[in-house]
Amino acid sequence: MADLSVKIHKLELKNPVMTASGTFGNGVEFDDFIDVNALGGILLKGTTLHHREGNDYPRMAETALGMLNAVGLQNKGVDYFCKHIYPIVSKYSTNVIVNVNGSTIEEYIELTQRINELEHIAAIELNISCPNVKEGGMAFGTSCPMAEQVTREVRKVYDKTLIVKLSPNVTNIAEIAKAVEAQGADSVSLVNTFLGMAVNAETRKPVLSTITGGLSGPAIKPIALRMVWQVAQAVKVPVIGMGGIASATDAIEFMLAGASAVQIGTANFNDPQCTIKIIKGIEEYLDRHKLLSASDIIGKLQM
Amino acid sequence: MKKQVCDLTVINNTRLNHDNYLIELKPSIKLENIQPGQFVNIQVKDSPTTFLRRPFSIHDVNYYNNTFAILVKTVGDGTFKLSKIEKNETLDVVFPLGNGFSEPSKGEKILLIGGGVGIAPMMHMARESKNIGVEVHILLGARSESDHILVNEFSQFGQVHLTTDDGTLGIHGFVTDHDIMSSKWKFDRFYCCGPDPMMHAVAKRAKALKTECEVSLENMMACGFGVCLCCVTKTNEGNKCVCTEGPVFNINDLEWQI
Ligand SMILES: Cc1cc2nc3c(=O)[nH]c(=O)nc-3n(C[C@H](O)[C@H](O)[C@H](O)COP(=O)(O)OP(=O)(O)OC[C@H]3O[C@@H](n4cnc5c(N)ncnc54)[C@H](O)[C@@H]3O)c2cc1C
Ligand SMILES: Cc1cc2nc3c(=O)[nH]c(=O)nc-3n(C[C@H](O)[C@H](O)[C@H](O)COP(=O)(O)O)c2cc1C
Ligand code: FES
Repeated sequence: MADLSVKIHKLELKNPVMTASGTFGNGVEFDDFIDVNALGGILLKGTTLHHREGNDYPRMAETALGMLNAVGLQNKGVDYFCKHIYPIVSKYSTNVIVNVNGSTIEEYIELTQRINELEHIAAIELNISCPNVKEGGMAFGTSCPMAEQVTREVRKVYDKTLIVKLSPNVTNIAEIAKAVEAQGADSVSLVNTFLGMAVNAETRKPVLSTITGGLSGPAIKPIALRMVWQVAQAVKVPVIGMGGIASATDAIEFMLAGASAVQIGTANFNDPQCTIKIIKGIEEYLDRHKLLSASDIIGKLQM
Repeated sequence: MKKQVCDLTVINNTRLNHDNYLIELKPSIKLENIQPGQFVNIQVKDSPTTFLRRPFSIHDVNYYNNTFAILVKTVGDGTFKLSKIEKNETLDVVFPLGNGFSEPSKGEKILLIGGGVGIAPMMHMARESKNIGVEVHILLGARSESDHILVNEFSQFGQVHLTTDDGTLGIHGFVTDHDIMSSKWKFDRFYCCGPDPMMHAVAKRAKALKTECEVSLENMMACGFGVCLCCVTKTNEGNKCVCTEGPVFNINDLEWQI
């Protein structure tokens, strides 16, 4: 049996399969369906310093092989997280990672400091790419100077593994990846959702309350794959790939393109057990190709 | 029972009228304690426009045969595809999901109000309520006579009252125009599922009569088990997920302008 473990900076993952933030709740919602500890790691839903109600309903539109969401980071804020969610997720033995969001640099810093105190949180994923909030969010991830600044400031107050989550809504994603790497990011994860829109022709109205939203699911896979490949060429830190992954084959494609690990998002909605199936599928693939380790396929695209 | 993802075998698919189908499903695991008002989420295969699962209320449960039924109204590609499913085929289903209606007490008198395909969860509710010694009345509203289905089945569990928008069967008008919703009947509880305007009208009447009232909402869902936060409705305590904190809500908890 092949060795599935991979490393993201100081994080040891027992396999390369993690879950994408905002699609896996706090993990506990999946306890009925799977053994959450069998995953390489879990990304909790986006957390902010203060309570956020999120955007108005409707927040979702189904699209061809995908969906648009405009949740807008609904969460109860970091105090609630520390008091009520952290004790529950601490029971997991797998890597538990918090997705950190802010509308100002100060908010990112303060939230990071709070999370830094939590022993069982193995890493943070700095979300500079949420397309569904008015202030901050994607603005940090679509400008090189702002991405640099927020990474630099957060780096100063965080000593565990710092992952920066990149927005695909940019002209040159490799440039942003290089910029955050230079400021001390230990890893980059990509992609967040693509800014999109849905219209109801009958009512002549936008479907989402926010008019635009973030596109995810198999529809975005080829673009996400291309971006992961470009970023993996550009940086030395490990890359975490995501965007439309729904099968082991999809995951392997991202790893061949240069991802050291993958995150599974929207596919969890269709099949809450898909992550476990993907781990099994990767293992079968490695065995079938007589490879000893999952790291043997990272970036091994044959040109 | 624990939430499951499993392949269920289609025991029967019966066409009830021009756009309603009753699909009976059998799981391999044992059905236990399904609350009236809970729902299932079904993956529709081979439908090019149907990416997400489709939610359906649990219509009726037969613990003896270990089967349950869903009532499907064809409104788009997913439901149209489902309506074509045949006996012995399988469906990939996540269930049971959500919270059901609160249980009435023995000796109480309740009114179940269903509009259109909103009658779906009411069969299981009517059966279970009658079983515990509750006096059940069922008020069904539809556009026209040909849209009224399952009236005989409902009448096993209580007195059935009908309305049609066009007057072709029962009382001419909406459910709230029916005498059974007037003050003289003194129901302990209303339970309602149907189109939004109907549920609002029923909620308004319930408030006026000071009758306890629960409604079952049908917000758009992506996951169905509380992780995507797409299905929210506004409540007194902020946004709540219809899939996990509903689909059944007490009208006093909702921020409805009634
Ligand atoms: C908790 C719950 C219980 C339901 N119970 C029943 C039932 O017992 N019987 C029944 O016939 N229908 C029920 N519905 C509605 C049913 O889910 C939709 O009619 C179905 O999803 C439509 O799919 P479609 O592909 O045929 O239509 P589409 O062409 O996709 O859409 C037609 C309309 O259906 C609704 N719809 C589409 N997708 C969803 C979704 N993911 N979630 C919710 N609504 C959607 C929208 O209003 C849309 O405008 C229920 C919905 C919910 C949320
Ligand atoms: C409903 C929903 C909510 C999301 N919430 C977050 C979030 O809070 N933080 C974040 O960084 N990404 C969030 N995302 C983006 C996902 O983590 C992921 O980057 C994106 O969906 C692409 O992957 P996928 O195609 O596998 O879903 C969300 C996506 C969806 C569909
Ligand atoms: S449908 Fe995903 S949270 Fe309710």
